Amino acid sequence: MFEKALKGNKYYWMWLAFLGTFMAIAAFCYVRQFNYGLGLTGMSRDVSWGLYISQFTFLVGVAAGGVMLVLPYYVHNYKAFGRITILGEFLAISALLMCLSFIVVDLGQPMRMLNVILHAQPRSMLFYDMIVLNGYLFLNILCGWVILTAERKEVKPPKWIYFFVYLSIPFAVSIHTVTAMLYCGLPGRHFWLSAIVAPRFLASAFAAGPALIVVVALILKRVANFDVGKKALDKLATIILYAALTNMFFVGLEFFVAYYSNIPGHIHTIEYLFFGLEHDGHVYNNLVPFMRMFVLLFVVGVALLSIPYTRRQSDFWLGAGCTALFISLWLDKGIGFVLGGFVPNPLNEITEYYPTANEIFIALGIWAMGFFVLTILYKIAIGVEHEIEA
Amino acid sequence: MSREGGYIQMDKKRRDFLKIAGATTLAGLGGPAVVERLVTGTSPAQARAGHGEHPVAHGAKTHTAASGHEDNNAPTGRRLGMVVDLRKLRKQPELMEKIVHACHAEHNVPHFPNKKDEIKWIWRTKFENAFPEHSDYYKDKLTIAGDVLVLCNHCDEPPCVKACPTRATFKNKDGIVAMDYHRCIGCRFCMAACPYGSRSFNWRDPRAGLDMNHINHRFPTRMRGVVEKCNFCAERVGLGKQPKCVEVCGSTKAMIFGDLNDPDSEIRQVLKDNFTIQRKPSAGTHPSVFYIV
Repeated sequence: MFEKALKGNKYYWMWLAFLGTFMAIAAFCYVRQFNYGLGLTGMSRDVSWGLYISQFTFLVGVAAGGVMLVLPYYVHNYKAFGRITILGEFLAISALLMCLSFIVVDLGQPMRMLNVILHAQPRSMLFYDMIVLNGYLFLNILCGWVILTAERKEVKPPKWIYFFVYLSIPFAVSIHTVTAMLYCGLPGRHFWLSAIVAPRFLASAFAAGPALIVVVALILKRVANFDVGKKALDKLATIILYAALTNMFFVGLEFFVAYYSNIPGHIHTIEYLFFGLEHDGHVYNNLVPFMRMFVLLFVVGVALLSIPYTRRQSDFWLGAGCTALFISLWLDKGIGFVLGGFVPNPLNEITEYYPTANEIFIALGIWAMGFFVLTILYKIAIGVEHEIEA
Repeated sequence: MSREGGYIQMDKKRRDFLKIAGATTLAGLGGPAVVERLVTGTSPAQARAGHGEHPVAHGAKTHTAASGHEDNNAPTGRRLGMVVDLRKLRKQPELMEKIVHACHAEHNVPHFPNKKDEIKWIWRTKFENAFPEHSDYYKDKLTIAGDVLVLCNHCDEPPCVKACPTRATFKNKDGIVAMDYHRCIGCRFCMAACPYGSRSFNWRDPRAGLDMNHINHRFPTRMRGVVEKCNFCAERVGLGKQPKCVEVCGSTKAMIFGDLNDPDSEIRQVLKDNFTIQRKPSAGTHPSVFYIV
């Protein structure tokens, strides 16, 4: 089936070349980082995880979001998702590849990566994260490929594959739960030490993943003559809306616990993220614009998905609403959650984090790599669909 | 034909062997811990302590348990700890400088002027930074004026050890939380896990921050991309010496080091005679470093 990825019009190749350029720049930047060390990033003793791990955290959610298509289609036999489900499975594959790349570029000694298996520590949440992430990647490759092959031959998929399809559902939940546990099990980091982190991660994942799928589906409708159907998009919009609102409800609960209990440790990070934290006469607030944008885009996105006209009558406004929500949730989890958790540090000092250009280009390149893989996978999937129709 | 057959057979045997070896390795890695946990219902560290080499100490354990302070139960076996006497350090701030310098020289800790690259094992900080959960209101003059020396707490329940995915950081039988610099993959999970900010990362080649003509050849320099921290001078303690910082304090007794589980040790005597505090006791880590304010 791979040959389908090798035939395309000039826009297809231009798009791949565009992404390839960013990948090449990132490769160059990574060589620099590999030779010098992580000192080329903006991270420090106080903010010891930066853009890489925050992107990783967000993208685990995008990968898990695919289950919002798999579950209705396979468990509830929701036929309208027939054409769109494969988009979810393939999105999960590329999102997971990005996740794993972000982990690798964040390692100080990437050559020793296999120590996680060779000297496994079953008490470490990272050990389980490795297992579930790789397991979910494998399941999505297997299910996506077997089902697509069957579709191409116009036969029913083999029965055994459904075992793996159903298995992938708890796996999707587990990848984001375990990723949340990386944070919420750490003593002394008040902002992360909250039982609602995992549910909140899942809620935002179930909005962000499907939002990206809607945007991509709308693009594919225009550029690839592939229509997933109005009913599917409308149902997805409902799912996105509820999940996004749930996420915001959880964020609100964090606010309540912090400010009503008035416990300084709980308030500090929220104060830093949304209002700016005063410390020794200086106000630290470099993430405030991002977090306010998160709230603003959330309101815009929810409005666009709630108003019947913008949601149902116009692809443009539906796409805009989903884009707004996707960016909003990225700001929340892909910027605020991880970076904010390090402020203040355990000694009540404040160090602000600014990523370096080298770091940003590596991150951009990994995103480009993810979309490169996604483009190729979607090209194959749509090629098969067109072949059947022809 | 037979030759090929032989190869195939060998191949199969080899594969079977690998399968068995793999399964046993997995079982060996996780199995005993799981079984131990199931059987005793305790974590491995506690279970080990329960088999106590010192029956006397074991008795002490039951005693404290009976008096209802189970949380502060001293585990049996050796547990090295430290008392930092801030009263004495306050009187001679230059001693603090000397301690920090001696420790960093002893362990080839690099010096980088850029704060972003900073590595430190023991350092001076203000009281409210070392003890952020203590009240700031109307502090006495001495507490405001004097700095505190902070270092790794060598916790009895170290979150960093739990977090490390490769067992590159681990707790020794004597309670020292140590690092294997050659196994660390540099994921920095331990840095996020430490509630005391005691860990540093080699963001760049540490030798660039060292005067290579004056390094201590009895202790290794590190490579970039690994985490490091105070090791309670495990390499000196193993030779029967005191940690460097304690040695520098000398007769001032500003820092006292010893076995917390030995009721006759000097450190226990000091703990008995003075009111001491620990950093962030609410984190449940049971630090082995105590402070006399």
